[in-house]
Amino acid sequence: MPEQNVLSKSSRWTVSGLTLPALGFYALFALFPMFLAVAMSFMAWHALSSPSWIGLQNWKHFFSDPIAINAIYLSLKVMVLSWLIQTPLSLLLGVYVAGYQKYRAVFSVFYFLPLLFSAVAIGLIWIQILSISGPVNTIITGIFGSDGRISWLGDPTLALYAIVIVIAWQFIPFHILLYQAGTRQIPTSLYEAATLDGASNFRKFVHITLPQLKHTFITSSILILTGSLVYFDVIYVMTGGGPGISTRILPLDMYLRAFKMAQIGYGSVLAVILSIIGVVLSVLLLTLSGFTRMQSQAEGT
Amino acid sequence: MITSDSQYVRYGYGLDNTNDRSVMNAKTIRSSSKGFFRFLPGILWFLVAFYPVYYMFIVSISDKQNFSSGNFWLPPTNPTLSNFLQVIQGNIGLYFLNSIIVTIACVFLIVCLALPAAFAIVKINNIFVKNLFKLFLFGLAIPVQAAIIPIYVMMISVGAYDTLYALIPPQVAFWMPLSILILVNFIRDIPNELYDSMVLDGAGHFRILVKLVLPLSKPAIVAVVLYTGIQVWNNFLFPLVLTQSKDVRTLPFALQKFQGQYGIDIPGLMAAVLLASIPMILLYIIARRQLLGGLTAGFSK
Repeated sequence: MPEQNVLSKSSRWTVSGLTLPALGFYALFALFPMFLAVAMSFMAWHALSSPSWIGLQNWKHFFSDPIAINAIYLSLKVMVLSWLIQTPLSLLLGVYVAGYQKYRAVFSVFYFLPLLFSAVAIGLIWIQILSISGPVNTIITGIFGSDGRISWLGDPTLALYAIVIVIAWQFIPFHILLYQAGTRQIPTSLYEAATLDGASNFRKFVHITLPQLKHTFITSSILILTGSLVYFDVIYVMTGGGPGISTRILPLDMYLRAFKMAQIGYGSVLAVILSIIGVVLSVLLLTLSGFTRMQSQAEGT
Repeated sequence: MITSDSQYVRYGYGLDNTNDRSVMNAKTIRSSSKGFFRFLPGILWFLVAFYPVYYMFIVSISDKQNFSSGNFWLPPTNPTLSNFLQVIQGNIGLYFLNSIIVTIACVFLIVCLALPAAFAIVKINNIFVKNLFKLFLFGLAIPVQAAIIPIYVMMISVGAYDTLYALIPPQVAFWMPLSILILVNFIRDIPNELYDSMVLDGAGHFRILVKLVLPLSKPAIVAVVLYTGIQVWNNFLFPLVLTQSKDVRTLPFALQKFQGQYGIDIPGLMAAVLLASIPMILLYIIARRQLLGGLTAGFSK
């Protein structure tokens, strides 16, 4: 280890100390609160009263709380739907804008525009676009006549799908970026060899591009799945969980419980469940895909 | 066979470096009939990605009568800036200032803390630092929601609730793991010879950090600044939970409040959304490549 030789033993410990300020912030405002949430989930704690230890009562309540169970179901639904919509579109468009043609460069300038807006801004714009007299309904009435108007955000069965589409609009550009970068790293020699063998364009896509994008696919999928589990902003702005509880996903249910109904203890139960699902999902996805192993192999070389 | 394939390659999968013009001569007729289909996927997504942004723009320059007549497709014949004037005469200046203060404070702290930490993580190999890096990486899997309730309780108990101070430490903590990851990946690639020669010149590690690591990691620091800056600038959950008074509102939270305040004044609302997004749009125009690179820096190699 040549880099070790240049630092004496005492200065090595001084340099180690450089990590402490970062660790301090991280431990105090990320790790500690996470453990505090676990402790708080065993307490009865309403707005102004002082907390008291009530053991497993909040947790028991959770298992007989239809709204919370429904919230978990909706969160899983958003995860799966988001993955199904965002992955194929991002993959195809990412490969598309990876081409160096001028017109694709011009297109891509516009493709990435959604990345510039806050979730709140996106929510506010889309409320208007989906409103009863908005552009989407104008197109529909143009085709089907004026009976066709749909209340996208007011209909309990449609609202969640409308939200998933808005979330896709917000995040597909980011995943296009990932796939674009991934595609551009594929060695051109692979394609040249395939061209000499007379492989069709489609075959090149299936046999070269797709396998070579495996890492990007894994990264992107993990980000979509874990990201949509904690998705909050757009839904809060667009529907606030409604109509009824039809878009009240888990993070929103937690927020409403803890901060609107002032049930700090029970809200913490939902926060703990959310983090458990999140961490288990990350670990599971990383293990299943063999990603960590491959990464450590890459580091070893 | 090969010739027809080479023609395919040019609108193929990201490997086309040939000039479009060179292919135009022989197969002009075929290209033009295929040209439309070549552009079609690009145009479809262009419409989907760009229309909401365009909608926001044309509505924001419509007067209120023109808007209610339902023109969503063409710019208004008599554009007006009155909506913007109306928004500027409100409190938006203050909200801008609040967002700027919080964003600069967070980004400054993150860079000042993450850079020394990343330097130590790369240079020191002891058990403490190695496990510390793993602890930071674990932070990538912690959702903000897991900690938001305890953070709220903590901020109330130290009297920071409803101040701008409450917004800074948690965001520094939550963007620390990714910032450190980006910087570590970059600092690893600085050749050891550079350190050795500085040590031979008698430089201490703080000098090495400031004179060698800081200037050489500039691209990674730019990525961290842009990424964390965008996250903090657009953050909604922390202000929503940790503030309530008007004078400490940041932009996304203020926009969400406008929604109720403006009621059916959609042109006014869209003008506010556009104004709030102008810094990001300017950044995109000035430094698109760095901005997009910064967004994906932690996720693609």
